[in-house]
Amino acid sequence: MPLTRTLTAAAATALLLTATACGSGSAGSSGGGLNPPRLKAPSKLGRAEGQVDLVAWAGYVEDGSNDPKADWVSSFEKSTGCQVHSKVAASSDEMVKLMKTGEYDAVSASGDASLRLIASGDAAPVNTSLVPNYRDIFPDLKMQPWNSVKGTAYGIPHGRGANLLMYNTAKVHPAPDSWSAVFDDAAAHRGHVTAYDSPIYIADAALYLRATRPELKIKDPYALDQKQFDAAVALLKKQNRSVGEYWGDYLKEVSAFKSGDSVVGTTWQVIANLAASEGAKVKAVLPKEGSTGWSDTWMVSARAKHPTCAYKWLDWIVSPKVNAQVAEYFGEAPANAKACAHTSDKGFCTTYHAADTAYWKRIAFWNTPIQQCLDGRTDVRCVPYARWVQAWTEIKG
Amino acid sequence: MTVTAQPAGGRPEGALRRLAGLLHRRPRLRLTLLLAAPLLWLTVLYLGSLAALFVSAFWTTDSFTSQVVRVWSADNFHELFTTPVYRQVALRSVGVALAVTALCVVIAFPLAFYTARIAPPRRRPFLVVGILTPLWASYLVKVYAWRLILSQGGLADWLLRPLGLSGPGFGLTAAVLTLTYLWLPYMVLPVHTALERLPAALLDASADLGAGAWRTFRSVVVPLVLPSVAAGSVFTFSLSLGDYITVQIVGGKTQLIGNLVYSDIELNLPMAAALGTVPVVVIVLYLLAVRRTGALSSL
Repeated sequence: MPLTRTLTAAAATALLLTATACGSGSAGSSGGGLNPPRLKAPSKLGRAEGQVDLVAWAGYVEDGSNDPKADWVSSFEKSTGCQVHSKVAASSDEMVKLMKTGEYDAVSASGDASLRLIASGDAAPVNTSLVPNYRDIFPDLKMQPWNSVKGTAYGIPHGRGANLLMYNTAKVHPAPDSWSAVFDDAAAHRGHVTAYDSPIYIADAALYLRATRPELKIKDPYALDQKQFDAAVALLKKQNRSVGEYWGDYLKEVSAFKSGDSVVGTTWQVIANLAASEGAKVKAVLPKEGSTGWSDTWMVSARAKHPTCAYKWLDWIVSPKVNAQVAEYFGEAPANAKACAHTSDKGFCTTYHAADTAYWKRIAFWNTPIQQCLDGRTDVRCVPYARWVQAWTEIKG
Repeated sequence: MTVTAQPAGGRPEGALRRLAGLLHRRPRLRLTLLLAAPLLWLTVLYLGSLAALFVSAFWTTDSFTSQVVRVWSADNFHELFTTPVYRQVALRSVGVALAVTALCVVIAFPLAFYTARIAPPRRRPFLVVGILTPLWASYLVKVYAWRLILSQGGLADWLLRPLGLSGPGFGLTAAVLTLTYLWLPYMVLPVHTALERLPAALLDASADLGAGAWRTFRSVVVPLVLPSVAAGSVFTFSLSLGDYITVQIVGGKTQLIGNLVYSDIELNLPMAAALGTVPVVVIVLYLLAVRRTGALSSL
């Protein structure tokens, strides 16, 4: 899709790229059936190698060439002597492909990519004691299913965000507090409902069914057996009749909410802020059922040629000041608790619920569905992601 | 010769002379050397990539890592023919391409007739330039302009409101309208050229023989212009069939074959390749059909 990507680049705001980035990312959860190859994390660092090769989402490694105000690479190069070479990936799959070449030292992987990299042995365990800033990371981001396996850390958390319910305050009455606004009651706004255009959105339907149809016994929206999966797909097919359009990048959703073509649907905090700042009458809420969300992790390649510089980068990107800069530029909650003191907008961490543990407890972070059920069930097989992709095509018809 | 004379000594000159003589004596060798590069381009890069597409359609992927597994199987094509959604989307795409082509013909014919035969000759070049101007603007700018026109309370809504109607909104209709706008110049130009070349004597003769305007149009104009319409339709049809960006922007939730290819390209490359062969086959069939009208020989 070079053209759309080009367009994305041309429109060139970090937010737009954020959309693409997070769009393709989906975070991992504990591998009940995941048995990664035995790899060792380094116990101490050597001399800086003078160079580091990174694979990252757009907006994560900025040296001021896209936006003069966004530059946290130059100071890193000056203080460590590690020259940064970065490659922007447009999707999780591209990230995995690039990391498989062995030419890169570190990657900012979303959950689905992180699990795959761990499983294939492309990502090495990370010795968190070599990353001093790791101790200031929010505890609820540490050792999570998408960045660790069986008690071994595989990366450093970078930031996170939730998928929210956005609605047009002038057209949607009463104000919705449940995902039913886009599922069971979607017909009230037929033709003006919007949904996120990715197979991972099936998890949003599963999360809603978890709350509304207890007889399906859904525990984890990323671990669905055939019966649960079919129920989620059926719900989405029903929703499709009311959907006006699906959105894949931020530009499309902002314009649809501004013009009124979409009045209710899933969104990210950053899109809601932007739409509101451009005059759309919108509000974004975390519905009572909770929601899905995403969280990215910096990981080190198992074949890194510059491991010392890679560790220095990991420490740098989650240092309070830089983590604040990148979180604000990208539009996500920072991972470092001390970052909140360094944001240029003092209310930033409140807006993005950075330190709100109760808030994040209600978020089911993106994950790669695999055949071994991630919720620990062993008596059934779960539907793997490849089938989610196929089902998503069928849902859209 | 001045160039060859400059390097000192008779040797290089002699070699060049021999080469020139050889090429002169053997026209076939001359032709081969001349055509080697473009033919290489055509066969290796163009046909070669098509072949690679076709071959990779027979591979499969690992469901967890999405790595391509190079094992021969016809599963993808089996899926392509048995899954209802693929059939449905393929038919929809062909339908859109046909609708766009038909709309382009209906709009282009009177337009070209005016620019080629009715407008004062001095003004004709300006009219042709006017038709071509949209081609100068970026594709994306034009599509986003249509997104604004067709959105809620946009230009379309505003124009239709006095009639008690509203615009089509985003969807299949919007996609067809936008594609028609995008590809119209490719239809107008060949039709304009054909109409311009139409000998006035034939029209006069038809009138002298007692034919009315409609009869002249049907029996004289249409047969002479038809090959050009067919030529234009090759552009409008194939461009519409391959498009997936317009439909993403103004098509609402509509999926066309290109969108399916895009959604599969990273996770399931072989399936994307199998889907990609569908438009290739459709277009080959279309070209064969067009060839029967003799349009391709007049391109």
